[in-house]
Amino acid sequence: MYSSDLYRQIIMDHYQNPRNHHLTENPDYCTVRLKNPSCGDDITVQVCLCGGRVADCRQNGSGCSICCSSASMMSELLREKSVEEALELVACFRQMVMGEPCDLDMLEEAQSLAGVANLPPRVNCATLAWQAAERGILQAAAEGVEQGAPGELADGIEEAR
Amino acid sequence: MNPDFLYAIRTCPALDPAVRDDFPMTGIQSHGKPFAYLNNAATTLKPLPVLEAMDRYYREYGSPIHRGADRIAHKATTAFESVRRTVARFLGTPHPEAVVFTGGTTAGLNLVCLSYGELVVGAGDEVVVTPNEHHANYVPWQQLCRRKNAKLVLAPLDANGCLQPEALESVMTERTRIVACSHITNVMGAAMDLRALAAVVHRHGAVIVVDGAQGVVHERPDVVGWDIDFYAFSGHKLYGPTGVGVLYGRPALLEKMPPVVMGGEMIDIVDVYETSFREPPWRFEAGTLPVAEVIGLGAAIDYVLELGYCGMQKKVLGLTERAVRGLSGLENVHVYNPENAFSGVLSFNIRGVHPHDASSVYDREGIALRAGHHCSQPTMRWLGVGATLRASFAIYNDDSEVDRLIEASKKAGDFLDVLF
Repeated sequence: MYSSDLYRQIIMDHYQNPRNHHLTENPDYCTVRLKNPSCGDDITVQVCLCGGRVADCRQNGSGCSICCSSASMMSELLREKSVEEALELVACFRQMVMGEPCDLDMLEEAQSLAGVANLPPRVNCATLAWQAAERGILQAAAEGVEQGAPGELADGIEEAR
Repeated sequence: MNPDFLYAIRTCPALDPAVRDDFPMTGIQSHGKPFAYLNNAATTLKPLPVLEAMDRYYREYGSPIHRGADRIAHKATTAFESVRRTVARFLGTPHPEAVVFTGGTTAGLNLVCLSYGELVVGAGDEVVVTPNEHHANYVPWQQLCRRKNAKLVLAPLDANGCLQPEALESVMTERTRIVACSHITNVMGAAMDLRALAAVVHRHGAVIVVDGAQGVVHERPDVVGWDIDFYAFSGHKLYGPTGVGVLYGRPALLEKMPPVVMGGEMIDIVDVYETSFREPPWRFEAGTLPVAEVIGLGAAIDYVLELGYCGMQKKVLGLTERAVRGLSGLENVHVYNPENAFSGVLSFNIRGVHPHDASSVYDREGIALRAGHHCSQPTMRWLGVGATLRASFAIYNDDSEVDRLIEASKKAGDFLDVLF
């Protein structure tokens, strides 16, 4: 069980030190950019599938603390999950911020954002990156775009601005 | 802003504070606190006379206009058309037929662009806009220029976001067909001297199209005195209903313009292969218009004219200056437009805090304001920021609400508190 102080630390840490935030130009990645037109949140998510698993998940963009920390936590959580597991995690996160029952422990650090359920105007901030990842995973799975060899993952990764 | 003008505002009689009681929504609570509505540049609350006028239409004479021969339908038509005359008087034109009812400012500006713009702008011509326009007065012109292979020209603004006549003069050429600018801009709250700008525009043989969405609330337009060609505004920012607006057009220009939307009531004779159209303004009013909203708009204009612009300006100026003083005094706040208090619009940011994070802190305190790009990404680019907070004031706000805004701003750094 986490305390609210720990949750704060987790959120601020991901906000200030975003994980996996270098985008790549590797064509094996499926890239989805989503914006929240009302507030200007703008997140790009890249996913790479390999053998039915999310081999890599990257994210970059600009937005509020909820949007950016959420994207960062997600990028860590989805890595190495099967397509089914990843989609289940996306659904679970969405349920959590909508205030619906779900298995919070599954979400690991991302459960720090459970309080978004009390902030209906901010739900879209929290789910933006997850929505992009979901779309990317489904798209990659449908197109059968898969990374050849897991060892080549870092190829073509560029420093973001 | 002209100091004599500001002096005149400061010395005019104050509004009765009981004005607040005319607006039922000022009595509601949010998060268990009295609701402080400071998002008036987005839309305003509605006074009882507007609500009652619309309710009366629906309860007592909710009939079609121009489409019934009975006594009650006649009453509806008369009420509707009398608002056209009210609007004409309000805008300072003797021509009610110069008043086109629209769905709002956006619809009015698009109508000018799609009808007049399509008619007069050709390849190589130029359309001048400012970098601080709302998307509704920017994107239509940008897209028109793309379609026509014409040039979109951005007029330079001064540090306060104001378009000075000399600056406009510097971008005018013999190819300039249209100049589109705001009366008051929606992020910087810069108020333009439309009379002076219109003179520059006309000297170059172009026409001026004014986005009056913000301006009409704070300065009564004088379309004939200022020599304006097109002026568009919305009902809902002027304490009137949503879904209705006005496009004023110089009669000689409206006369030349083809209709954009075709349908009932805008036609003259429909033959098998040809149709002739009615004269303006009906040519531009296809289909059943929002009758209750037009009647509500008439009530809103009567209401503000009864209060008087000077008293409204004094109230809004006082509130905004109080907010500028309070927020400018805070270490953690950056105010972008301290000189534009006349417009009631105050754009600012909390240092190191994303505006959307800050907005939840205000929300928790029962304060509504706006966070984001305010439908003007060009302005954000001009300011060099991604988004801002915007507090905007109206006649029913009071000093205590301004003080709550300032107090909440001090705590905006604790933005994660709202999650726990």
